[in-house]
Amino acid sequence: MTINWGQAIADAIALGALYGLVAVGIGLVFGVLRLINFAYGELITCGGYVLAYTYGWPRPVSILLCIAAVVALALAQEFVAFRPLRRGGASAATMLVATFAVSFLLQAIYLLAFGSRGQIVGTLGKLNSAFTVDGVDIRWILLVIVATGLLLLGATATLLDRTEVGLHIRAAAADFRTSRILGVRANRVIVLSFVMSGVLAGAVSVLYTVQNPLVQPSMGVPITIFALVGVVVGGLERLWSAALGGFAVGFVYGLLADVLSSTSSVYLPSVVYGLVILVLLLRPAGLFRSWRAQQVERV
Amino acid sequence: MKLVAPIVLVFATAAVASGVSSAHRLEFETALIMVAVVVALYVFVGNSGVISFGHMSFVAVGAYLAGLVTLDPETKGFTTPGLFQVLKHAQIGLVPSLALAAAIGAVYALVVGLPLMRLSGLPAGIATLAVLGITYNVLSYWGKVGPGVQTVTGVPEASVWALAVGVAIVVAAAYAYQRSRFGRVLRATREDPPAARASGISIYRERLIAFTLSGALAGLAGGLYVHMLGLLQPDLFYLDLTLVTLAMLVVGGVGSLWGAVIGALAISALNSFLGDAENTVDVGFHLTLPNGTRLVTVGAVMALVLILRPSGLTGGREFGWRRS
Repeated sequence: MTINWGQAIADAIALGALYGLVAVGIGLVFGVLRLINFAYGELITCGGYVLAYTYGWPRPVSILLCIAAVVALALAQEFVAFRPLRRGGASAATMLVATFAVSFLLQAIYLLAFGSRGQIVGTLGKLNSAFTVDGVDIRWILLVIVATGLLLLGATATLLDRTEVGLHIRAAAADFRTSRILGVRANRVIVLSFVMSGVLAGAVSVLYTVQNPLVQPSMGVPITIFALVGVVVGGLERLWSAALGGFAVGFVYGLLADVLSSTSSVYLPSVVYGLVILVLLLRPAGLFRSWRAQQVERV
Repeated sequence: MKLVAPIVLVFATAAVASGVSSAHRLEFETALIMVAVVVALYVFVGNSGVISFGHMSFVAVGAYLAGLVTLDPETKGFTTPGLFQVLKHAQIGLVPSLALAAAIGAVYALVVGLPLMRLSGLPAGIATLAVLGITYNVLSYWGKVGPGVQTVTGVPEASVWALAVGVAIVVAAAYAYQRSRFGRVLRATREDPPAARASGISIYRERLIAFTLSGALAGLAGGLYVHMLGLLQPDLFYLDLTLVTLAMLVVGGVGSLWGAVIGALAISALNSFLGDAENTVDVGFHLTLPNGTRLVTVGAVMALVLILRPSGLTGGREFGWRRS
């Protein structure tokens, strides 16, 4: 079997870019709240359902509705579940399990409302067509994913680095209590980080469903797990290391999926998880942790 | 008293299970098994304060081993021809199979724990999740260790009293551990790691001991599970069970054995009541809930309990009349 490396790399980049975006969405909220949101994937699922049910509407309307719905759900998670929990003084472990429970609840709601058989999204299906460069089929969606990914990452970075609100978020991420004492409006910062992570999740819904058009109640779970693995592998300290970690996991997964033969590719998850364990053992603070960062246990 | 109350509850559940119709017996038996799984999880998570998403791996290997060595070899020739020879020809009794399940759970946990117990916090959680992912993946595809994605039926089923005795052993072992020097030392590392270290405690070693014991109990719980269900299937031991058992532990109260038992029984009871209500139940009037409400309500109740009582139903206390 000859391996078309160019093709494999092209496919892997698309997957990596998507997981990079998901990782940033998870990392944003983690940065401020020290909260890993296991229910993040259910935001993406929600966006998928909106796209499926608004199929046939003008595309921009459908996409805007999708993002609006996802942001609303992200805020609902914060206001209904996470904020009361923080008020109650829940421990980190309780918060983690609570996000698990929210994920479970949302999946159950999707199952009840939309059934288990799945809905097809066709909003941007045309982007699956390809053009050929040197024998490598490059689908338009790859370019769109990479462009959108870079754009959103750039926008997020600009917001965080260049604006006052961004400064507040970074301050809160560095030291939540001290930043409050210094006049950062904590709840505004938290709400904002949920909005931003919601926008990212909405964008991921739109891009993800182009390649995987079937929306099912539990489709968000593997996305969350892989992105989360990426976030931890990359390092939670900074957004760009989280993004790189997400990209790395998606890229390796995509590459191995193309390169491995079909008999051994069933063990692909094991290979990826094995690599993850190895990375965590060798560099518990993440692959891309900055050398200057002190060894501080944050969780 | 602190041990008697959970054990009494276990046998009370078994007594009810033996008295009801066979359809309902399954629900009570499942509740019993959940007590065993959650208590096994508690031994590590509760005492160390480190979260583990990987414990269902130990339940899974225990269940697979206990199931495969008690299956009729002739059946195995048809259903799982690719098994390792030892597994293929073995046929042993219930009790030895459970001992094997506990042993393999312990060995697997020890092997995994040796490198992983160096981690703590989120990296520990993710690493244990990765272990679960590998276990699930291998059990789903490797024909030498199991039936793969197919479901194998015909595993000998144990009586409800036998199950109850097994669950009681798990509870008693957890109690003995937390009363022992090891348990107390580990809880000290949970409360104040620097102080524990300063007192000459090796956090790594104490966690490894708890992880191994917890793995043994989880393996035993897995063995009990398979002898209750009578079938094997990798999906039984993956994310759903991980979530449900962790939620049971947190809902009950992560800090106490009593909390683990109460959480497992409370969520199980809610789950089966709602399951019945989806097929009409008589609660003074005929209540029929639409299909799917069970999962929604269970999820909502778990979230609600966490919000209203973050330290769980028992508040992390052991059973007792006086509140200290």
